[in-house]
Formats: sequence, structure tokens, C-alpha cells
Amino acid sequence: MTDASQHAAAPKSLLVADSRTRSRKAAEMRFRLYGMMAVGVGLLALVFLLTSVLGNGLGAFRQTFVQIPITLDEKVLDKSGTRDPAVMKKVTTIGYGKLVQKAIEDELAAKGIDTQGLKSKEIMGLLSKEAPADLRDRVLADPGLIGQTIAFDAYATSRVDGYFKGRVTLETAERDSNISPEQLKVAQAMADAGMIETRLNLAFLTASDASELRPEAAGLGVAILGSAYMMLIVLVLSLPIGVATSIYLEELAPKNKWTDMIEVNIANLAAVPSIVYGILALALFINFMGLPQSAPVVGGLVLTLMTLPTIIIATRAALKAVPPSIRDAALGVGASKMQSIFHHVLPLAMPGILTGTILGLARALGESAPLLLIGMVAFVKDFPAAPPEGLMQPATALPVQVYQWTQRADPAFVERASGAIIVLLLFLLTMNAVAIVLRRRFERRW
Amino acid sequence: MNDMRIAERTVSTNTAKITARGVQVYYGENHALKDVDIDILSGTVTAFIGPSGCGKSTFLRCLNRMNDTVASARVLGEIKLDGEDIYDKRVDPVTLRARVGMVFQKPNPFPKSIYDNVAYGPKIHGLTRNKTELDEVVETSLRKAALWNEVKDRLTAPGTGLSGGQQQRLCIARAIATSPEVLLMDEPCSALDPIATAQVEELIDELRSQFSVVIVTHSMQQAARVSQRTAFFHLGNLVEYGETGQIFTNPRDPRTESYITGRIG
Repeated sequence: MTDASQHAAAPKSLLVADSRTRSRKAAEMRFRLYGMMAVGVGLLALVFLLTSVLGNGLGAFRQTFVQIPITLDEKVLDKSGTRDPAVMKKVTTIGYGKLVQKAIEDELAAKGIDTQGLKSKEIMGLLSKEAPADLRDRVLADPGLIGQTIAFDAYATSRVDGYFKGRVTLETAERDSNISPEQLKVAQAMADAGMIETRLNLAFLTASDASELRPEAAGLGVAILGSAYMMLIVLVLSLPIGVATSIYLEELAPKNKWTDMIEVNIANLAAVPSIVYGILALALFINFMGLPQSAPVVGGLVLTLMTLPTIIIATRAALKAVPPSIRDAALGVGASKMQSIFHHVLPLAMPGILTGTILGLARALGESAPLLLIGMVAFVKDFPAAPPEGLMQPATALPVQVYQWTQRADPAFVERASGAIIVLLLFLLTMNAVAIVLRRRFERRW
Repeated sequence: MNDMRIAERTVSTNTAKITARGVQVYYGENHALKDVDIDILSGTVTAFIGPSGCGKSTFLRCLNRMNDTVASARVLGEIKLDGEDIYDKRVDPVTLRARVGMVFQKPNPFPKSIYDNVAYGPKIHGLTRNKTELDEVVETSLRKAALWNEVKDRLTAPGTGLSGGQQQRLCIARAIATSPEVLLMDEPCSALDPIATAQVEELIDELRSQFSVVIVTHSMQQAARVSQRTAFFHLGNLVEYGETGQIFTNPRDPRTESYITGRIG
């Protein structure tokens, strides 16, 4: 009281801040600064991530091709002349390799390119080992080509590709047992003569994975398809199950210790490390139920289990946010509990539910740990068929493909892995954008 | 609007629509309503007045079993609508609520079009056979709620876009679209401005010819203006129930008198 009277006795000017006001203001400024610093650190990390991924990965979408005209000699490819596929299949990639070799040597001679004394094998070393197989696939798909001279774009080997992208130089080639500076000089001469070109390579998105020695031929096709199949399963299973669970718990279930316990457990499940789900899936779906390994169906099921808690929590929050007055209004005109939920509450909760679902899906799309345990880390060359059979056939997934490629020796795979990360980020970005659009579209005020 | 009118009202000789005997309501351990006996007459506006927490809204919500939605609520005793016990096991609250409509304190139209708001009740109860009949029901309901002229050109506009008073009249239209026999109103004007309140009060008086109206209100002037009979609740007891004129001019119970003169509440 004496304090108060002192204040009253000596009124201070509004224009002069007292020490208490000053220190409060300073604290506020400091807090602001901390916030800005935190945001700054976050932005820096993002910029660093994007530059490193884009810097490394954009190259994966471009590829160096060697363009050679090849005469498809009937004597080599189809001695009988019957065009019988069974007979033609007897000619292996070795036979095609010889054709390719002859064609490239002839073309080098025709263009007058100095081969720097390279042996035939070294000249073939400029091309990907995939080139003869590519040619063979093309001929088997269209036997009418035999006897003609076709323009063939062969993948350049990863080192030559790296040379034209700046990853490999004459100095590094010196120390590299896979490529010599002479080979690179020939490649440069070929590029000058217009035989080598670096251009957009959509096969990166459509082709399947390739072996350790042919990074230039490796693509994301199987991984994208596998991820798509799994997302399909996750969406089809987790949305109805998650929404039904949430509606039951939020609107219908009695509030007692059992439902409390279920609620706590759902919250806990959302925090369980994803690899634990992998172990569960291995024991339950593969060992106990006998589902095939590496199959999108198992991946989809485990990701469903993982996504469910997220969806349930988001849906319950969305249902809770619907004002009780709407429920009262529906019940007041004689709607049943179900009618009030499905006609009024659910439509109003929809934006929240969809946002939660899409964010859950996005998390599932980026998940790799549980997939490692159920065998989706395998090398898969063949595309799975269309659903439903395709769901049981081996496939990989985008994040697992990234993991796999980073394990391989050839530096070209670093580029591929970064390229795969870009694809994955684009998918995630798209999904988040869809979530935002849906939320805006369905948002209603009441 | 004229408080002097109350003395002139005639005694109604209407029959009892709802009879309640020995109604007790518990919220968990809390004994919210104690031994209420009341007869609510047909063709009459009955007002429930009393201080906050006295149980008047609780009792109102017993009349169409909205208390069922509160998990901890227990209702004992007997409430009969036209001689049938509404708490009988065989009664489906859904059909009960179609006959006993309700208007809430805060206007709560569905975030749908004006038309859909009114048409919802008839639709779910299957009261109409085709679109023409439904259109008719919507129009009559909106007319009865004195809203038709204001909204007839924009029936597809969202109901939430109307003003507060219009929203409340829309809610009344929605409630009467299922042709209920009793209309319960839980402080229907407490969120409205005086002009909208006057409109709703006028409406209530018109509705009396077709429905029995039960209105909970905090405003004693409002109770005096719109009702023929008034019940005064205090601390969970029904203290006094009688003709509005008598309650306001000549209360028998000292507690009623204290409340009306502003000494408690």
C-alpha cells in the first residue's frame, strides 16, 4: 500500500520509460531475435539440402548417348531367315555386341576420328554394357528391322557420361581403372563430330533398376510403380478403417477406462519407431500369414498399420472441432445419431480428415525402414503386373531405391540417388499441395 | 410488447399436452432437478423462468430427450406426451423429436442452403413423397416462421449467411417443418438484438395457434410478453406454476416474489 501511494505521489512522465518497462521490452526483443535465428537456421538447412540434392541429382535426368547407325545383318541375327522368335532369341547379347562393335568402328573410320590407338575392347568400353541388350530388345520387339540400317542411340558408359557432365576429368581418368584419358579424348572427338549427345532422359523415370556396372541404364520405374501400389493399398485400407475408428471412439463409444486406454495406446502407436512395424510385418504377414516377400501388398499393409494412428488422431481432432451446436441441431429435428454424423458432422470434418490422411500418406511414401525388413530392398528388374496380381509380385519403393543406390560403388549412382530424391520430394510436395487445396476447397465457416 | 396486457389475458381451458410427474434429473452425483410436477397445456405458450442453474433448461431438454446425449444424465419419474410415457423403452427418441421440436439458444443453421436447412427434417422422416410436396413444406414452414418474404429469392444461399435474427427464424422454420406438436425453445432470443427479438416474439405468439410452445427465458419481460403460463424454477425445484398474470402480479411463493422483484437470481 505504501508503494502504491508513493507511485501516486510521484507520477512519472509517459515519455520516459522506467527500468522495468525497459527490461520487459528488452526481453521481448531478445525473444524475437531467438525466433528469427531459429527460422534462419531452418531456412539455411533447407537451402543447403535443396542445393546439394538439386546439384547432385538434376544430372540424373540427362544422359549421354552415342549415336551410331547400325546395319542389322540377317546373317548374324537370323540365319534361318524365318523370323521365328524362338530361333532369334538364340542370338545372345554377345552376337549383338559384335554388330555394335563393328558399327562403331566403321562410323569412327567414316567420320575420320583418330582412335588414339585404342583397342576394339576399349572403344566398346565407351558404350554402356547395356547397349547390346537394348539393341537385342529392340530387334526382338520388331523383327522387321532386320536387314535395315537403323540409327541406334546407345547409352554412353557412366564415366563418359560423367565426363560430359563434368564429374570425370582427364586427370581423374588417369587414376581410374575403368576409363583412360585416351578413351575420353576419343569421346571428345566423337562429341565434336556430333556422334555423342547429352540430352533429357525420361528412361530414368520409366526404366527398371540396372546392375552395379550399368548405372547409366538404371531407372526408377519399378520403384515408382511399387510406391504407387503401396500408396493405393494404404489409402484403400487406412482411410476407411481410420475414419470408422475415429467416429466410433469420438461419437459413439462410452467414455470409460477402456476407451481411455485405447486412446492412450493409439497416441503411443503414433510414436512407435517405424522399424518396429517392419519387425511386426515380418513376423505377422510373411512368417505367419505366408504372404510373399518384397511384395507391395506386404509393404502396403505395414505402412497402413503405421499410418493408421496418424489418421485416427487427425480425424478425431477434426471431429472434435465440429461445434456441438450442429449435432444438437441435427438431433433436435429428429435425426438419428448416424444421420447426424454422416449428414452433418462428417462433411464438416472432411477437410481435416483429408489433410490428415494425405500427410499420413506422405509420411508412408517416404518411409524406408519397415520396407527393408520385409525384403523390399531386393534388386528387382521386372515390372510388377497390373493390380491385383501385381500387388503380390516383387517391387521396390522410392526411398528404398535411394538407399540401395547410395550403397553402390560407382559414383554415377550418387547422381541417380539424388535424382530419385528429387522425384520423391516432388511427389511429397504434390501431395502436400493437394492437402492444402482440399483444405481450402472444403473449408466452411459456421 | 406492452407489459400492461398481461392482466387482461383470459384463462385458457386447454387440455394438458405434456404431463410430468415426479421428475428427477441427476448429472452424475449432482441432483439437478427435484421432483417436478407440471402439466403443459396445448395451444399455450409456457415460459420457464428462474436464475441460472435452476434446472429450467435441463427440464426442457427432458421433454424431447435431448438429455440422452449427455452420458452422465439420469432421468427418473414420468413424462407423458398425450398420455404416452416418452421414457418408455419402446420409444425411439428420433420419432419423439419429430413431434417435439427444439430451437436452441444460439442460432445453429446447418452450413447448407436455406432450402436444405428446412427440407432436412421432412426428408429424413420421409414426410413428403416428391419434390413438389417438399417445396410446399419448405414454403409453408418459412412463411410460418415469417422468413419467406426475405429469403424466397435466395433459397439456395447458405443459411449461415443470414443475419442472427433471420438465422434464428430459419431454425424455427426448420423445427416446425416436421409439423411437431410441441415446440421447445431454449432462450431463443438471448443471442439476438432487440429488433430481432421482437420479431421472434411476435412469431411465437402466432405459432401458439398450432403448437404448444415451451420457452426458457432469462428475461422476465419476455416471459410476461409472450407466455400465458409461467413456471418459476429455483435450485432445481419447480417453485410455482400458474397463469403468467398471476405469477407476475400476485405470486404465492415468497421466492417467486423475490426473484420477480430482483432480490434473488
